[in-house]
Amino acid sequence: MPPPVLSVRGLRVEFPTRRGVLTALSDVSFDIAPGEVLGVVGESGAGKSMTGAAIIGLLEPPGRIAGGEIRLQGERIDTLPYDRMRRIRGKRIGAIFQDPLTTLNPLYTVGRQLIETMQTHLSLSDREARQRAIGWLEMVGIPAAAQRVDSYPHEFSGGMRQRVVIALALCAEPILVVADEPTTALDVSIQAQIIALLKRLAREKGTAMMLVTHDMGVIAETADRVAVMYAGRIAEIGPVRAVVKAPKHPYSAGLMASIPPLDRKVAHLAGIEGAMPRLSAIPPGCAFNPRCPHVFDRCRRERPELIETGTTRAACWLYDPASERQAPELLRHG
Amino acid sequence: MAERVEAPRGAAPVMLAVEDLARHFDVSRPLLQRLLAGEGRRSLKAVDGVSFEIPRGTTLSLVGESGCGKSTVARLVVGLYRPTRGRIGFDGRALEQARADAAQRRRMQMIFQDPYASLNPRWRVSDIIAEPIRAFGLAPGAAAQRARVAELLTQVGLSPLDGEKFPHEFSGGQRQRISIARALSSNPEFLVCDEPTSALDVSVQAQILNLMKELQARLGLTYLFISHNLAVVRQVSDQIGVMYLGRLVELAAAETLFTAPRHPYTRALMEAIPDLEMTGRQRIPVGGEVPSPIDPPSGCPFHPRCPLVADRCRAEMPRLLPPRGQAGTVVACHAVEEGRDPPPAPAGADQRIGTTATAL
Repeated sequence: MPPPVLSVRGLRVEFPTRRGVLTALSDVSFDIAPGEVLGVVGESGAGKSMTGAAIIGLLEPPGRIAGGEIRLQGERIDTLPYDRMRRIRGKRIGAIFQDPLTTLNPLYTVGRQLIETMQTHLSLSDREARQRAIGWLEMVGIPAAAQRVDSYPHEFSGGMRQRVVIALALCAEPILVVADEPTTALDVSIQAQIIALLKRLAREKGTAMMLVTHDMGVIAETADRVAVMYAGRIAEIGPVRAVVKAPKHPYSAGLMASIPPLDRKVAHLAGIEGAMPRLSAIPPGCAFNPRCPHVFDRCRRERPELIETGTTRAACWLYDPASERQAPELLRHG
Repeated sequence: MAERVEAPRGAAPVMLAVEDLARHFDVSRPLLQRLLAGEGRRSLKAVDGVSFEIPRGTTLSLVGESGCGKSTVARLVVGLYRPTRGRIGFDGRALEQARADAAQRRRMQMIFQDPYASLNPRWRVSDIIAEPIRAFGLAPGAAAQRARVAELLTQVGLSPLDGEKFPHEFSGGQRQRISIARALSSNPEFLVCDEPTSALDVSVQAQILNLMKELQARLGLTYLFISHNLAVVRQVSDQIGVMYLGRLVELAAAETLFTAPRHPYTRALMEAIPDLEMTGRQRIPVGGEVPSPIDPPSGCPFHPRCPLVADRCRAEMPRLLPPRGQAGTVVACHAVEEGRDPPPAPAGADQRIGTTATAL
């Protein structure tokens, strides 16, 4: 197996507040291999976007990395000073955010933004850079790219702008792309186009991709592996098929069951009772225990680590042979 | 565009009847600039000739992508906008008449998308819920009012003690429960729900959808449900209208729409939804984007993106007509009318059978 492009170990992010320190992320560990798409999924507040922000070095202050390490091709990047990190962003890590309007500079033509990004990171003449900018716009599916290269962001529609953002994130040929809800602001018909595009580019260029989204369908269609996050931790991580079809963690299972089916009408949707706890009120033991249908004593006392179970790893005591209770058939075999 | 659609449940009386409804917004530039540029007024036809009926006790959903006019219809129906053209009938009366009468007005309420913006942060929950009760004079005396608020909170799955708290003390799902309790406090019969679960996480969305269905069964409510999520819509609807650029392109019984979608746009929408099946099939996304409603294409507004486009589609606006052999559905498509469209997939061979969609 090739060495991972990105390696995150024991990542911990804290927010100091007047009422004490809040732990937003803890013990987050995963790798992403070249050409691999890792989906990071969870509900709002689970910490998925914050994981992305920590990796690209853009945590909102006063948030800070309080533990663990982040390595890009073996080199530690979580401790780099701001200026060095800025060079890495853009060159080696590309970022795509939810809202294309805030990513693009409204005062510059899209061509100028592409050219500037490429010339900052690659040594290209003006002519070459312009040719490449047009090439990128073509590659992301913008019609009449040679003319559109001189247009301003407001002259593009939402879907077209997101294509420009993707071109901008990829034009310096990064080895890792962090995409945070890249299709959430788009309508479904456009979303399908953008997903197809991202998938194709990651495959063609061998780029590693971290895809953060709340939409399981997007994950199922795009990702190779998935990490399900809950209350700042990874609840389950494994190959996409295993996590979607046979989730092992009771939270992943509840999440999958909550998704309304498109192919039939059901009398009652299986939700998960309650809501995710706030950072200031994460219960002791497993953070999911107050909502878990399989909860037992140990879950309220001890916090579970990720435990191997089949092809995935789940942070759940049901899979520890030493627990007084074991996973029911339904969870074991999906 | 004013074809009447037969309601699927002929027996129930019609709660809401909308006929040839239109709302145009003036989006002209300022007068001086218009004169200098020598251009006229411009109008955006947000809704242009929409007709449907909702029988009492049933749910009609409007789906479509952003800018299709579905939320504008919701606002017209509760009287937040005045129609440019067309008629809205509420339980047999003209809407305007009904809105003028407090006793009628209390019979319709609205639930909004964002439970963070729709509750006054400075009011206690009990005051928020009691406001309509006070305004319509529905519970004389403080004790009766308190009892009614407690009953409403219980009805939406909260504790009567929660009335003492402020909105910020609740999660998104609980806030949406409070919005529903407030909407129910005037004993309405008709609720307009504009994307009521779009701001919620999927596990919470399931709770709210279940609650809404349960309340409908218990209180006999009639819903106009607005959503962009087809899977959600399938779970709650009796009829579904698909909108595109201010018009209905297809209106059908919910099950029919999913088993035999007819309009090319409806088919494209269903095709585009990412699913959990991971069959690895190559999705054929519909090309292009929704055109600007300020300057819609000639003829059928979907023609620049339509795989079945023909000359007639570029010239002539299709009317909503029942396709052959499919009573109860109306489709605005020349290809369907002329029988040029591929036959609706029989159940089982449907490419989307066995799929699940997905936004959390």
